[in-house]
Amino acid sequence: MHRFHKLDKMTSTRCAVCKYFRRRCPPDCIFAPYFPNDNPQRFTCVHRFYGASNIGKMLEEMPVQLRADAVESLYYEAKCRIQDPVYGCVGIITSLHRQIQIAQSQLAKAQAEISFLDANFVGVEPTSSLSESLVQQNGVEHDLDDPFSTWFY
Amino acid sequence: MGSGSSPCASCKLLRRRCAKDCIFAPYFPPDDPHKFAIVHKVFGASNVSKMLQELPVHQRGDAVSSLVYEANARMRDPVYGCVGAISYLQNQVSQLQMQLAVAQAEILCIQMQPEPELPAIHPSMMDCDTKSLVLSGGNTGSFGDPMPQFLSYTSSNNNVIQDPLKREPLWT
Repeated sequence: MHRFHKLDKMTSTRCAVCKYFRRRCPPDCIFAPYFPNDNPQRFTCVHRFYGASNIGKMLEEMPVQLRADAVESLYYEAKCRIQDPVYGCVGIITSLHRQIQIAQSQLAKAQAEISFLDANFVGVEPTSSLSESLVQQNGVEHDLDDPFSTWFY
Repeated sequence: MGSGSSPCASCKLLRRRCAKDCIFAPYFPPDDPHKFAIVHKVFGASNVSKMLQELPVHQRGDAVSSLVYEANARMRDPVYGCVGAISYLQNQVSQLQMQLAVAQAEILCIQMQPEPELPAIHPSMMDCDTKSLVLSGGNTGSFGDPMPQFLSYTSSNNNVIQDPLKREPLWT
């Protein structure tokens, strides 16, 4: 009875990775904080493309405070690869580049139209447009302090 | 062997015999060992093999290219990999969409500005009826309406992730 009780305790506290491999989950298991046993799908998804040993090596090579983000990004890429087995998340990058090109082209046209209207509007002094000021102010700055804010879905 | 008698880059790295029907050989030639090394480091050879086996032959080239791209991104940025680039690009798209909305609103504002007033007509040039009409502030259409207020624009659609199956590869 005592042996079964001990076995129950061990199996109930195993992380999803150790449960998957049917092995003992040590107290310092590198996977445990990021692959809880109540979400086995998360690990099976990542494991399908990266392999447990590769994930373990990647996590070992980075500071502890960055590991959660790393696992999230691996999970995201794995999900993209499941949705699109050929291009994975590279397809999303391609699409975003195209969207940027289209938006830049539309913006240039709009700004040209503003300049034209300013120059041809009788009685109005041409001024630098609000949109041009905004572009000069903001440029293409990007914020990576919160990388999760837009790509979680 | 994949080509001639030289093993492909993957069989060379894995130190095994390169079979005639080696799945890696068409995509990992022996003259570019780094390409397979990086994919193997991130994904593992057996995972790559499984992925390729699940795809039709004509899509495997593109799949390998995307895996190499992702592996390179992961080596450059071990924490975020490609996701860092996606986050940055999404931000750029949002900013551009906002700038575009501002520009379009500005165009509308300019187009809705009233036309400048016509030069004043000397009273001696007008007949009585016209004079009384002008002096009473007659109808000038809608030019007396106030300018529309510029509303601050917030992006209504930050979800720029589209259906991945409709995309073209980055490298064509």
